[in-house]
Amino acid sequence: MALSTTSGSLTTCDPRVYTDKVTPPTPLLAIERAPLGLDLILGAVSQADSARGGADGAVVTFLGLVRNHNAGRRVLYLEYEAYEPLAVKSFERIAKEIHHRWPSVVMGLHHRIGRLEIGEASIVIVTTSPHRADAFAACRYAIERIKQIAPIWKHEHFEGGDVWIEGATADPDDVRAREAAERAACA
Amino acid sequence: MRVTVRLFARLREIAGTAELTRTVEAGATVGSLWKDLAREHAALAQYERSISSAVNADYARMDRPLADGDEVAFLPPVSGG
Repeated sequence: MALSTTSGSLTTCDPRVYTDKVTPPTPLLAIERAPLGLDLILGAVSQADSARGGADGAVVTFLGLVRNHNAGRRVLYLEYEAYEPLAVKSFERIAKEIHHRWPSVVMGLHHRIGRLEIGEASIVIVTTSPHRADAFAACRYAIERIKQIAPIWKHEHFEGGDVWIEGATADPDDVRAREAAERAACA
Repeated sequence: MRVTVRLFARLREIAGTAELTRTVEAGATVGSLWKDLAREHAALAQYERSISSAVNADYARMDRPLADGDEVAFLPPVSGG
């Protein structure tokens, strides 16, 4: 009796229970401004994968975090910027490449933009497959390809200044780059 | 023809704006539009060999002809992840 009263009152105070907003289903591929939730992305992947009904034996997750140092500089925070519609299309392209190379893999990928503090996740990648080798390889492939072709930029704010980090010239049709990502994935 | 130009990261800072519109002649391409912009903002020229471009949110080559109403994006080397 006392227990049920207590648990009832806890539930009433939980803002997740009483909200007017209907939470839309989490997409597999997304650009987000809010902190990334690994559980939500895992949920989206298992939802997308539910037709296989228990065929998967492996889940691999990759989180990229904001590091407190880079190239000898003390990093204070990062700001990420994206060309959002093209970024999501590049995620879709990477998902297609993975589907072609590792047909058993399902991938979820969310990238955060805006200001990120040290230790926060800028990217979460989740891959599932019946066996671990494919899930590991596809996850590594995804992060390599993101760094090659996703129109996303990090603006590093460090002690004493700031700098735009400039990596690869994005060219999704560059076969050599794609092969390099595949080699890294299968090393 | 009028086109919208989107600029990102360092290119946005050099030009001082994230978006602008330009009137271009028939026969203009992504590459000729870039050259127009680089004439206006000399500091853009250093990116000549390292930028990517997109038309209407799909990657496009520099020789891609422009159409009225196109959104053309110029992208410095990327650094996501």
